[in-house]
Amino acid sequence: MAQHISALRLGRPYQSLDQIELKDGLGTVSQVNAGIIRKDLKQIGEAHAALKKFTVAQRVDMCALAGDIFLNSNDPQTYVETLSATSGLPHSLVRRNMHRIHSVLANMGEVLRGLTRGLDLDDETSPYSFFPVTHSLGLVMPSNSPAVNSLWLPAIALGIPVVIKPGRDEPWTPYRLIQSFIAAGMPAAAFGFYPTDHEGADAILRLCGRALVFGDQSISDKYAGNPSIQVHGPGHSKVLIGEDLIGRWPEFIDVIAESIAANGGRSCLCASTIVVPSHADEIADALARRLAPIVPLPAADPDASLSAFANPQMADAIDATLEQSLTGAVDVTAAYRHGPRKGLFDGATYLRPTIIRCPSFEHPLANREFLFPYASVIEMPQEMMLEHIGPSLVVTAITSDEGWIRELMEFTPIDRLNIGPIPTLTISWDQPHEGNLFEFLYKRRAFQRV
Amino acid sequence: MILDEYFRSIIDWHFSPETGCPFWLDWANRNFDPREEVKTFADLSKFPHFQDEWLRDLQPEVWVPAAFRGQPFNIFETGGTTGMPKQRIGWHDYKFDYEEFSGKLDEQHFPRGEAWLMVGPTGPRRLRLAIEHLANFRGSSCYFIDLDPRWVKKLIAAKQFDQARAYMDHVVDQAVTILKHRKVAGLFTTPKLLEALAEKVNLYQAGVRGVFCGGTTMAPQSVRFIIEEVLEGNIGFYPTYGNTLMGLAASAPLRPEDHYSITYFAPQPRAVLRVVNPLQTTETVGYGEWGRVELTTLTKEFFMPRFLERDEAIRREPRAPYTWDGVAEVRPLGSMEKLIVEGVY
Repeated sequence: MAQHISALRLGRPYQSLDQIELKDGLGTVSQVNAGIIRKDLKQIGEAHAALKKFTVAQRVDMCALAGDIFLNSNDPQTYVETLSATSGLPHSLVRRNMHRIHSVLANMGEVLRGLTRGLDLDDETSPYSFFPVTHSLGLVMPSNSPAVNSLWLPAIALGIPVVIKPGRDEPWTPYRLIQSFIAAGMPAAAFGFYPTDHEGADAILRLCGRALVFGDQSISDKYAGNPSIQVHGPGHSKVLIGEDLIGRWPEFIDVIAESIAANGGRSCLCASTIVVPSHADEIADALARRLAPIVPLPAADPDASLSAFANPQMADAIDATLEQSLTGAVDVTAAYRHGPRKGLFDGATYLRPTIIRCPSFEHPLANREFLFPYASVIEMPQEMMLEHIGPSLVVTAITSDEGWIRELMEFTPIDRLNIGPIPTLTISWDQPHEGNLFEFLYKRRAFQRV
Repeated sequence: MILDEYFRSIIDWHFSPETGCPFWLDWANRNFDPREEVKTFADLSKFPHFQDEWLRDLQPEVWVPAAFRGQPFNIFETGGTTGMPKQRIGWHDYKFDYEEFSGKLDEQHFPRGEAWLMVGPTGPRRLRLAIEHLANFRGSSCYFIDLDPRWVKKLIAAKQFDQARAYMDHVVDQAVTILKHRKVAGLFTTPKLLEALAEKVNLYQAGVRGVFCGGTTMAPQSVRFIIEEVLEGNIGFYPTYGNTLMGLAASAPLRPEDHYSITYFAPQPRAVLRVVNPLQTTETVGYGEWGRVELTTLTKEFFMPRFLERDEAIRREPRAPYTWDGVAEVRPLGSMEKLIVEGVY
């Protein structure tokens, strides 16, 4: 079942002589150099024009159709199996990610209304006050989770072509999405798909006008401060419990456990730090009891919820980091796991869920996130929490304390704030997600006409 | 066999007191007299690998053959990064390969009498004189823009990528200026600089008809990229492999079945390239297999047996007009295992 994935040069398939092989001989992917990307980007204006021939309403309809094609056509089972084999995600999680992507496409009208706060972009009299600041959106994608692709989908509905560098282990989802869009009637030229190296990624980021990059802290640091590049680094998402509701902590264990372990713990939306004003030992123990029994299951098992590591060396490195840094903290899950954290199942390497009770934010395992269900539990007075939590993609704050809620709302290092027991992965379609894509791609100006 | 006869004549020359240089005469005194022991080219293996520190540590005078004594020589240096570079001295050698190479250039790509531009490492390199000689040999003159690869390597090793990019822009900008204000038909440069140049100026419209490239790895996809995307099928492309110690290895014209894999042929008999087993360097690898590049230089000016280059390549069968082995897809040694600082050139 080996397949070849071509690059797409503004929609035109290009089979390179440079190809990388995917895990287990599942396929090969054409690699292109930065020069090809730079050359194609000179024509990006034409791609933009091709997409703008349709109204927003037409593109929203095409998104819905693309969503159906993505979910149901072109042998979805093979897609699930292949992606599972290269990424380590069990079939159940791949399917859940597919449904998530499908929902975004099916609800694109609502998503755009959320992003634009109800603006009618097809209204000939008002849209002139908004104009796109770029001919394309560049994307340097990660390999961790397919649903991350849902972030760029609104760009197509807004009429902005995409120039994508897929993650090395996950070319499948963006490629399948592009094929679905084209089958739904979107102009092929609106899609650049360039598996490439660092120089190519850099060309996409610097030349696309607007770009999103996913990566670790070093990537975040490299592009921080460049207003045309939005960096999606580690999420450092958290669950906080207020002093007012801490007495009811057992009620919140389900929500916290789900926040830690949903999507195999692989999403930047997954909670990796739990901060509570008291009862930290008991909460850590309850989470450990809940999560430690989760074991690897066959990839096709509908109950499988742990993901294998596509690159076993990464699991080795994470496991080593945890062991080496444990001094002063406790791996609460160890008592309930009945075996080592790292193990082999069906020939693949897994890390079992791990809850670490850390004495403070200064501990080396506090406020860390890893590519598996992992969280540290820290106890500190409520009034000290905001001083310590730092940048957090999502914070679920379980409290009814209006004073603290106001403080949380004014606290800028939080990207998305949930008040109340809402799992950190829960997304509301009419809310901008991880930065407002519309505001990133469009600018407002005064406009008069006689 | 021509190579055997030529090899014996070179051995006689370098190991005879009337013609040889101090280094090899002294070596023969301490080891053996090759004039007696070397009969055919296969006897090359009686020599040890030539050590590059001999070209770094010894004064250049030890390499002056008696027959050239009293004639001032050119001193050419290899790439180098830090410390003392390797030096090779010479008188006329650099001209021969390039005159021969001239016969392989198509008149429509390098019209006689029309100007050339070299954008690349000039400085103490043999290449700079060689390119000018080649242009002159074809009745042409040559403009030069320098690029200092040692500085680029330092910048990249120090992760000063912005500086490296700025330096490359500086080099390319100067070349663009020449192309805009002077009529140039032939271009010598490196693949990276060629790509950067083509992004700033339409080479065909600027009058360029032929490009002669060298100096770095050219994997098949890079070659295809240059031919299809950079030169857009309008401009003749002549990839070469060469260095100060060897001279110039031309490439056989590409055929569709090559799939853009370039095979180079050493300027035999003046230089012989072999692709050897890196663990057992007396053995060559089989055709189609990767191995380490070993260079033997055999001229009256310079004898250098079995020098192990820091390159690896695929050994290829002889191919007309060449009757000896070729080396293909040359790249830095161990490219697959580690990241190489190759710079912009």
